[in-house]
This record gives sequence, structure tokens and C-alpha cells, in this order.
Amino acid sequence: MDILKKEMRLNQLEATLKELDDVQAKAEINEKIEAYKNNMMKKLTAWDRVLLARHPKRLTAKDVIECVFDEFMDLHGDRAFEDDQAIVGGIATIEGRAVTVIGQQKGKTTEENIACNFAMPHPEGYRKALRLMKQAEKFNRPIITLIDTPGAFPGIGAESRGQGEAIARNLYEMSGLKVPVIAVVLGEGGSGGALAIGVGNHVYMLENSIYSILSPEGYASILWKDASKAKDAAEAMKLTSYDLREQGIITGIIKEPIGGAHRHPKNTCLNIKDTIMRSLKHFDSYSAFEITKERYNTYRSIGFLQRFNYENLKGVIK
Amino acid sequence: MKSDLLKQAFDKQKAFKKHAISYRKKPLESTKTPDVPKGLYEQCDACKKTFMSEDIVNNRFVCPACHHHFRLRAVDRLSLMVDSHSFIEKGLGYITLDPLFIDGYESKIADYKKRTGLDEAYIYGYAQIKGLPLVIGVMDSYFMMGSMGSVVGEKVTKSIEYAMMKKLPLVMFIASGGARMQEGIYSLMQMAKTSGALKKFNDQGLLFISVLTHPTTGGVTASFASLGDIILAEPKALIGFAGPRVIKQTIKQDLPEGFQRSEFLLEKGMVDKVVDRHHMRDTIHQLLRFHQKEL
Repeated sequence: MDILKKEMRLNQLEATLKELDDVQAKAEINEKIEAYKNNMMKKLTAWDRVLLARHPKRLTAKDVIECVFDEFMDLHGDRAFEDDQAIVGGIATIEGRAVTVIGQQKGKTTEENIACNFAMPHPEGYRKALRLMKQAEKFNRPIITLIDTPGAFPGIGAESRGQGEAIARNLYEMSGLKVPVIAVVLGEGGSGGALAIGVGNHVYMLENSIYSILSPEGYASILWKDASKAKDAAEAMKLTSYDLREQGIITGIIKEPIGGAHRHPKNTCLNIKDTIMRSLKHFDSYSAFEITKERYNTYRSIGFLQRFNYENLKGVIK
Repeated sequence: MKSDLLKQAFDKQKAFKKHAISYRKKPLESTKTPDVPKGLYEQCDACKKTFMSEDIVNNRFVCPACHHHFRLRAVDRLSLMVDSHSFIEKGLGYITLDPLFIDGYESKIADYKKRTGLDEAYIYGYAQIKGLPLVIGVMDSYFMMGSMGSVVGEKVTKSIEYAMMKKLPLVMFIASGGARMQEGIYSLMQMAKTSGALKKFNDQGLLFISVLTHPTTGGVTASFASLGDIILAEPKALIGFAGPRVIKQTIKQDLPEGFQRSEFLLEKGMVDKVVDRHHMRDTIHQLLRFHQKEL
């Protein structure tokens, strides 16, 4: 039984709770709900987390922006081609300081999703993000990015306008930014499309978000030639927030309520706000040079490998 | 934590003792066979005509009839590009580990090592082209499609740092299917690592020429391959971020003729020049010469 079915059961229980008037019966159901939450919904498999990360009611970037920041003004366009709806960005304030916010926007309905292309950005989206980041650097504003994308869009237009170059340029420029970059993975962190706005000094993940090199479906079809094995792939890929923390890729995990962020969006947003504020304060004492250096060193050290000192090996013919 | 994982993976790797320590007992030798070594004769993939293998090799691995460029091994690429005996390989001794504990990944790597004689899909070192010194890096698409895992990412970064240390121009020949799925998120992060290293490299005012050969796709296109000061491409090479099959599945349309080929990218303004293999060495030499302090 996966998490969505469990959630349906929980919703049923909650619906019955609403219908009841009797106090004792209510208490009984309440107890049942709590027990159900604690027993059935606390331990999640990797696939459960994939489902939660893609939940249709999952918090979107705009939800988070509205809830976490006090003010927000959206800015548009890459100044070269057009405005990409898959990426929202602009200037916001949080506890009296200005920051630049960039996020990948998913829709909740089909129409919304079509408008923002299911959060799959085109090159112009990444160039818009880069423009806003450069602007933030000029005015010394910290940058907060909200990652939620299945990946960069694979299409004829996207390829013609240099999807690869756009992502590469972002990685390149982000590694040299003189202001702190704080990245938060809200839902899906899909491959290079996510990393293109995710080269942060600090990278946080919501508890039930995922971050991976490609989708579990794609992984299963490439490695095992069978897309239906996505469940197994999700386990094998180590894509949950806990796995990534263990691998030393991310800075920390932002807690979600039981059953996923969408059940208590406000609580989740408070957690996000706390984390962002803590991070911002952490970088207050850093100079621009230290910020760049720290970010560079973080990414420079990522890798899973061993090396022998070749020169010192005995009996080796060079 | 990560160090425990590393130790675990390393212990597992020891089962493959023979290939665990990756050093080269023999110097690299040009294979002198085109695409798939099958003997005396070779069929061209494009025009289906059969030629003597020797003729193809002598024609710089280009089909004499239809000008199709055969895929090249890293060593063959080096022997075509740099002055003979000038190449000094750097960055040896890396060991590929299996971070996700996937069955069969290590044996696959061991197999590729044996077949290609390389320790990973990328080699780099010091070399000279017509007497001009440079750092050259070559990817080998015969090694697991030239995919970028932790070791390839590290070696690419090291080559950038080596060029930076020596203050030499860097030329990279790219041939890669993208980031290596088997190493999961580590492969993805190599994109940020290599791009970041190039940023430092560029800040020093040094020259980076990236040569895109067939195929250049995925995470490699979306990182160091696209960041050259000058980007050259071999004719008819497949270059793109998403693979044609994925695009076709997504948009449910047929792709136009020549889509994602070098000439298409030239037209769209994504590469500086399409240079065929006969002129590649001269072109690069000329570019290196342009960037000499005194011409």
C-alpha cells in the first residue's frame, strides 16, 4: 500500500470525524487517526517520497513565496527571447531584508500546468534566472532558489536555443557569485534542470522531496530496460533527502508534517522560513571572497572515488 | 556517513583485485583500427561501402567515399592531434567505486578497463601541437559511452587545474553520453564541479578550446563542453542536451532532418566552427598561435 492510498484512508477517517457530533465517538476516531498516522504514515519508502514530491497538492514555489516572504515583486524576461513561465523570480523581503527569489513553478490544475510547462524550463527561463542572479549580485542581495522541476524541457525549440549552454552558463556563473545562494528543494529536483538554479552555498531539501540525476522511471528504463520498475529504481537511486544528507550533498533537511507538506502548508512554510533565516544570518559575517570560496570548495570536494599515489607505487613501469 | 560508505564501497571493489589498482603497465598505443575492429575490412556506417581498414586509418579514420567520421578512441585521437612522443599523461591512479551498490557495475567497469586499456573515460596530460605546448584532455566514447561519473568529473577538474597551474591553454575533445547514471547524484554534481573549475580557469585569462565530437549529449553538454572560449565541432556529430529519442517521446513529433547535428548547431549559433578531421590539427594550432603573447 503506497502513501497515496494511505492518505485516502486518512481522508476517509477525517471525513467521518467531521460528520460525528457525539463527543466520545469523536475522541475515539481522533485516537484512531493519530494511531493511523503514527503507525502507517511515519515510515515512508523512497517511492512514497517520490509520490509525495509529485503530489498534485504539493506546495509550489508561488505558495512558498507568498507564505515565507513579506513582500514579493515578480520580474520577467530574459531580455533576449521571451519570458518563461516555468521560472518565477523577483525581489522579496524577509524580516526586513531584501533578497532575490527564483523558483521553478508547477501548476496545481491542468491549465496551470500547461501555462508553466509542468515546471520544465526552456533556455530562456535559465537565462532569466541568471539575469536575476547577476542583478542580485550587483545590489548585494542574497539569492534564494526554490527547486521543483522534473527536468529541463526536452524539445526542438529548447535544443535550438541551447538548453545545454544555458544550464552550463548558470553553473559557471553561479559558482562565482559574490552573494550567498540558498537553495531549497521543494518537490522534485530533476537532474541538470534542477542543478541549474541549485548551486548554492547551502542546499536544503524538504523531508519528502527528491533530488536525482533522472527520474526513477528513466533510470529503470535505461538500466533495466523496464520503466515499470520505477519503484525499485527509487530505492536503488538514493534520491531521498535522508540519502542525500548521508552522501554529504546537502546541508540539511527541512521537516514536514506527517503525511506531507500539503497537509499543513503553514507549518512547512514556517520551517522553511526558519531555515532560510538561519542561513542568512550565518552568512552575515562572511565576506564576498569567503562566500565564493566556500561554495567553490563545497562543490570541488564532491565525488565518490579513491586515488592511489601513482608515483609511489612500487614495481610500476611508467 | 559518507566515509563509511566510501570504505564499504572500497572493500567491495577489492573483489575485483586485478583492476582495483588502476595503473598502466604498458604505455598507451594507438589501436590502428577504425570503429569496430573486425579485421582487414571495415564497412562505413553511413554509406555502407567496404574499405580496407588500413585505408580508413590512413585517411584519419574518415570514410574515403562519403566523408563519414568514424568514432575515435582516445589514444587514436591523441596520435592524430599531438606531436609524436610529446604527450605526458597526468592524473593516473583513480579508482572508480560504486556508490549506489548496483549489481554488475564494477564488473562492467573492469570489463571496459580491459577492453580499452584506459582507467576511465577521460585522459589528460601535457602535449605539444607543432611545438606549441598545451594541456589536452580527451574523452573516450568506447569507455561506457564516455559517461561522466565521479572519476571523470575529478579528472576533468584536475586537468583544468593542471592547465591553470602551468598557465597553458586547455583543449578538450568531448565524446560523451552525459552523466553516468550508475553513480547517481555524484555524477550530477560533477557538472557543478567542472563548471566551477572552468570559472576559476577563465578568471586567470587562459584559453579553453572545446571540441565537440560524436556524441556530445546530456550532462556533459550542460557543463564544461559548452563553456569553451572557442567551441569547435566535428562534422555531423550529435550534439545536444536531451537525446533525440527523449525529445521524440516528449513532443510526439518527428524531428527535422539534421536536428542536433553540428551543422544545425552552427546555424543556430551554438558552435563557432565545424572543422573536419583533416583540418582539426591545423585549426587548433592556428588558434593556439593566435593566443601566443608574441605571434
